[in-house]
Amino acid sequence: MVKVLGIESTAHTFGVGVVDIEKDNFILADARAQYSPAVGGIHPREAARFMAENAPKVLRSALEEAKLKIRELDAIAVALGPGLGPCLRVGATVARTLAAYYEKPLVPVNHAVAHVEIGIKLTGAKDPVVVYLSGGNTLVAAFVEGRYRVFGETLDIALGNLLDVFAREVGLGPPYVVKGVHVVDACAEKGEEVLDLPYVVRGQDVAFSGLLTAALRLFKKGKKLEDICLTLREMAYNAVVEVAARCLVHTGKREVMLVGGVTASPYLREKFEKMCKLYDAELRVVPPRYAVDNGVMIAWTGALAYSKGIVVPVEDAVIRQRWRIDEVDIPWRNQLYRRFLRQK
Amino acid sequence: MEEPTLSPILEAEVVFSTPQGFRGREVLVLESIIACGAEALLIRGKFMGLPAIVKWRPQKPYRHPLFDKRLRYERTLAEAKTLHRAKKLGVLVPSVFYVDPDSSIIIMEYIDGKIFKEYINELSIDDACTVSREVGKYAALLHSDGIAHGDLTTSNVVVKGEDVYLIDFGLSVTSADLEDVGIDVHIYLRSLESAHYALCKELFECFMQGYRAVAGSDYAEKVLRKVKEIRLRGRYVKERRRVVEE
Repeated sequence: MVKVLGIESTAHTFGVGVVDIEKDNFILADARAQYSPAVGGIHPREAARFMAENAPKVLRSALEEAKLKIRELDAIAVALGPGLGPCLRVGATVARTLAAYYEKPLVPVNHAVAHVEIGIKLTGAKDPVVVYLSGGNTLVAAFVEGRYRVFGETLDIALGNLLDVFAREVGLGPPYVVKGVHVVDACAEKGEEVLDLPYVVRGQDVAFSGLLTAALRLFKKGKKLEDICLTLREMAYNAVVEVAARCLVHTGKREVMLVGGVTASPYLREKFEKMCKLYDAELRVVPPRYAVDNGVMIAWTGALAYSKGIVVPVEDAVIRQRWRIDEVDIPWRNQLYRRFLRQK
Repeated sequence: MEEPTLSPILEAEVVFSTPQGFRGREVLVLESIIACGAEALLIRGKFMGLPAIVKWRPQKPYRHPLFDKRLRYERTLAEAKTLHRAKKLGVLVPSVFYVDPDSSIIIMEYIDGKIFKEYINELSIDDACTVSREVGKYAALLHSDGIAHGDLTTSNVVVKGEDVYLIDFGLSVTSADLEDVGIDVHIYLRSLESAHYALCKELFECFMQGYRAVAGSDYAEKVLRKVKEIRLRGRYVKERRRVVEE
């Protein structure tokens, strides 16, 4: 029996999850509180303040849901990065305190790795090309030689960032997502014409800041907003789909897995479905509740890491705002991967 | 994968005679599909008796039809133009035989060589260095004329005997600024890092030797600074913090 509590606080969500790695219903608890600013984007300090205020409540509710006392846990896992510094510090402080006071092993977890691991667990993917699209991340990665290697990523801003900032600048949001659909997606449905906006795929990387500037310029020129939305979405989504397609062809993998908040877009999924059909790959989409930031993914990944003896002394558990996914060794997958290759 | 529908031009009986005496079907003989990339299909064949590659960009169902047509037209035309310009600059590239942007087809010379990426481990470090230096010279030549290759990786370098060829200009830019130039060099460096980690430092130095020899040290330094900036720009790069603190 390995029961692990995981704490997530990288951006706007303070989440606490509890998992039992040996149970079929492995999620024992899933508590979260999300900071959503009335205007503008995430202010790191305000988000951190929100988290500090809500942390005890979320932690208590997770423990009550799991019907466990902290003493009964085997380890505490925490997302130490990548993310916003002030927010990360709240989660790290809570985790270090629990680990020190209750003398529990502390497991460091990379937020991006956690997105991938919970996705693999929930979708049953074996060895996918991972497409991670959120407000702060845009990357295409695949498991090669012990790590999730980044195949392509954004050279400047993230896809979610592009959509949100555009929506904000032209007055479509916030809120950015209405009834599960991004406001730019909704606006694009009424578009008829594809305008002239830059489509940037550089090798295996994408870049969106030029697209954002050009789209805002068209808006100021008085072009139809619906057409701009349609074009913006076409350019941005296609760029990501194209990089994923390149990764599929390059690595010879047979699955594509979508994770992160932006993958909730039905239109983006449709594009990926078509692409996967073309390359004879299977598309796996992480259920929306676990595609966004949550504590369960940290607990689950922490449990995997803990099973390989990965722990960190409390005094060394410092946050890493720019901790890349390809810096993390994934020893638990080596074995799974070898088993998978043998089956293949 | 569904059977690709070939463009009418490839299926139709091409009826015109040439000074060489080729007629009808003999103008283009298709032999086999040699690669199905993410973007294009490469078919080997003979064009008027010469070994040729037909590069065809099929329609992508996931793209908006209007955008798809525009993108395939633009990329096909741009690729053919750039290949021609590169050749005039003295860069060894496949010669273009025939272009049809409406059906997104380019027919070009087939280079019967080995792909640098697959062949690199068989080479001595000196020979690999020579190839990398040549790639550096080519990159500098292209950049001096405002061309960025767009996908400058070891997979797109073909070695045929003593000659080094650059292939796949499908993502090239013809009005390259320092940013595009920097991205080219960054992509080359990353392709070395990802596939040939042990040799990457030496091979990149060889590349820069070739680059400096053509572009001059001052420009080369400018490009390297840009490359550094591009690398620091990637999200969540640790070094970025250090630079800010310095």
